[in-house]
Amino acid sequence: MTVRPGTTSRRAFIRAGLAASAALPAAVTAARGQEAPDPLITEVQDWARYPGDGVDATPYGLPIHFESDVIRRNVSWLTADTISSINFTPIHLLDGTITPAGCAFERHHSGAIELAKPDYRLMINGLVDRELVFTYEDLERFPRMQGVYFCECAANSGMEWAGAQLNGSQFTHGMIHNMEYVGIPLKALLAEAGVKPEGKWIFVEGADASSNGRSIPIEKAMDDVMVAFKANGEALRKEHGYPARLVVPGWEGNLWVKWLRRIEVTASPVESREETSKYTDTLADGISRKWTWVMDAKSVVTAPSPQVGIKHGPGPLVITGLAWSGRGAITRVDVSVDGGKNWKTARLAQPGVPMAMTRFYLDHDWDGEEMLLQSRAIDETGYVQPTKNALREIRGENSIYHNNGIQTWWIKKDGSAENVEVS
Amino acid sequence: MLKSRKAAALLIALAATPVAAQTPDAPADGTPAAIQPLGLGRPAMAEEIAAWDLDVSPDGTGLPEGSGDVMTGEEVYIEQCAACHGDFAEGLDNWPSLAGGEGTLDRADPEKTIGSYWPYLSTVWDYVHHSMPFGNAQVLTADETYAITAYLLYSNSIVEYDFVLSKDNFAEVQMPNAEGFIEDDRPQSEYPIFSAEPCMEGCKDKVEITMHASVLDVTPGGEDAVE
Repeated sequence: MTVRPGTTSRRAFIRAGLAASAALPAAVTAARGQEAPDPLITEVQDWARYPGDGVDATPYGLPIHFESDVIRRNVSWLTADTISSINFTPIHLLDGTITPAGCAFERHHSGAIELAKPDYRLMINGLVDRELVFTYEDLERFPRMQGVYFCECAANSGMEWAGAQLNGSQFTHGMIHNMEYVGIPLKALLAEAGVKPEGKWIFVEGADASSNGRSIPIEKAMDDVMVAFKANGEALRKEHGYPARLVVPGWEGNLWVKWLRRIEVTASPVESREETSKYTDTLADGISRKWTWVMDAKSVVTAPSPQVGIKHGPGPLVITGLAWSGRGAITRVDVSVDGGKNWKTARLAQPGVPMAMTRFYLDHDWDGEEMLLQSRAIDETGYVQPTKNALREIRGENSIYHNNGIQTWWIKKDGSAENVEVS
Repeated sequence: MLKSRKAAALLIALAATPVAAQTPDAPADGTPAAIQPLGLGRPAMAEEIAAWDLDVSPDGTGLPEGSGDVMTGEEVYIEQCAACHGDFAEGLDNWPSLAGGEGTLDRADPEKTIGSYWPYLSTVWDYVHHSMPFGNAQVLTADETYAITAYLLYSNSIVEYDFVLSKDNFAEVQMPNAEGFIEDDRPQSEYPIFSAEPCMEGCKDKVEITMHASVLDVTPGGEDAVE
């Protein structure tokens, strides 16, 4: 038997009334005193009388239905077709640093394919001593490693280059996820094949129809790149490249080739479609940067923000967000409530981890007045996240990619919020 | 990285000694220590490599034998490509335009096409052959791909209508924006500027809102505010 709470209209009415009163700032003090005993306490609730679900009700569970708004969302006008498109992680409603796979953003160039482990083949060819083919089972026999890394699309915040455009951290900063990967070092696979001295690059491609080929310098390939088959403890989700994908720590997500099927060792870059016509950054003078692989330090206040306003009125307020850098660990995050006039150093929930997300908190006493909320990340190299205008001064407004400028949320007196830019 | 078989043999010999076996040289970060061939996998066959190694490099490496002319390319293009990219490669709806846009790269909203932006012709051939048509990839023959590529060059006024593209003259085609790219220069142009000690107090005299997202109102879902 399944008994859901809130099934009587009387209870629903009472709960709605409580929520409404809490949204009024003037009622905050009064709300601390209770006019009548709380029926949620004084009346025996269904869940306190009747049993809940038995084990095995959901052999693989989804989040409880109350959390049904914590989902990936897409911006339909961005792309022509969902087959070659992107959606956004609901970072505004998540906390901690690990992104649940089920709501971690997806980016496909020709749809998420189904590739079974028995059908999986990985080829290494080109400038190697031994051109090889591996099965999925072969991959599981290599020495294994794990690591937590963020994967950020180079176009994250790309819609904001010309100005504030989308209302919500999910949409402005949600082309990112952060998972714990298990896999094998790419250098172990390359050693198996034996890279020839003239091999200076690798060209990696996926098994899907787009292939999404990218060139990566051999130094990076031999450093920290992984071929991953597990994320957050379980097999990669279909949409994240099951059964094996590339993990390229700190570098733009387009290089993290999913459904990895081939690694070619080459003398020079292939200059594929994804590294010439796309994922290149056009400057104001029309010249474009290429090979802009590294994701620079960036942060965003995830809440409060336009999709998650303040509902409790003045007083204690948790300001929280995420920070990350492709060049190392986050060492500090500063938060401003006045649009960058003054800054306070926020609390890092845990010490920064290189090329992984860091959670920050600022424990704030909100006076109920308007705020212009910003965060500013600093990484272990000493790099300080710049303002959007500082980036525009160097790059102009046509870069599309690599917008790591400081985000501003205008928090209004009623607790609602809007994406704005400030002087 | 192993530079030679000799180095590999040395590593294997070291690993076989009792000391090395008992105290493997494991890095503190938990990554596996041993980088030496384990004898996993099997040799790739020539037919397998030929089936998957399709990429074409800027110097033409990887191009198969074959050729195609603009007129044939136009026919194949109309049949295979025009539904998304338009009869004249101008692009339909949100699908990319493949022609035009010359001289727009330094303006607001540059129009990036094969003619205005792509630095290498090899990229066109490679992508058309491997990844197009969208939804039905890898059906175009080498000759059809040469022909479509020739038509796209014609659409961008880079060649004349009687042009025939082949493996032999491929490298002679110069793309208009070939010199339009520089390598990532952030380490020189940005990192020094963005590594100054940040201001903490009184960093600005005044702060004004200069732009609102609600002016554009393009956020999906209508869930953008507290009710």
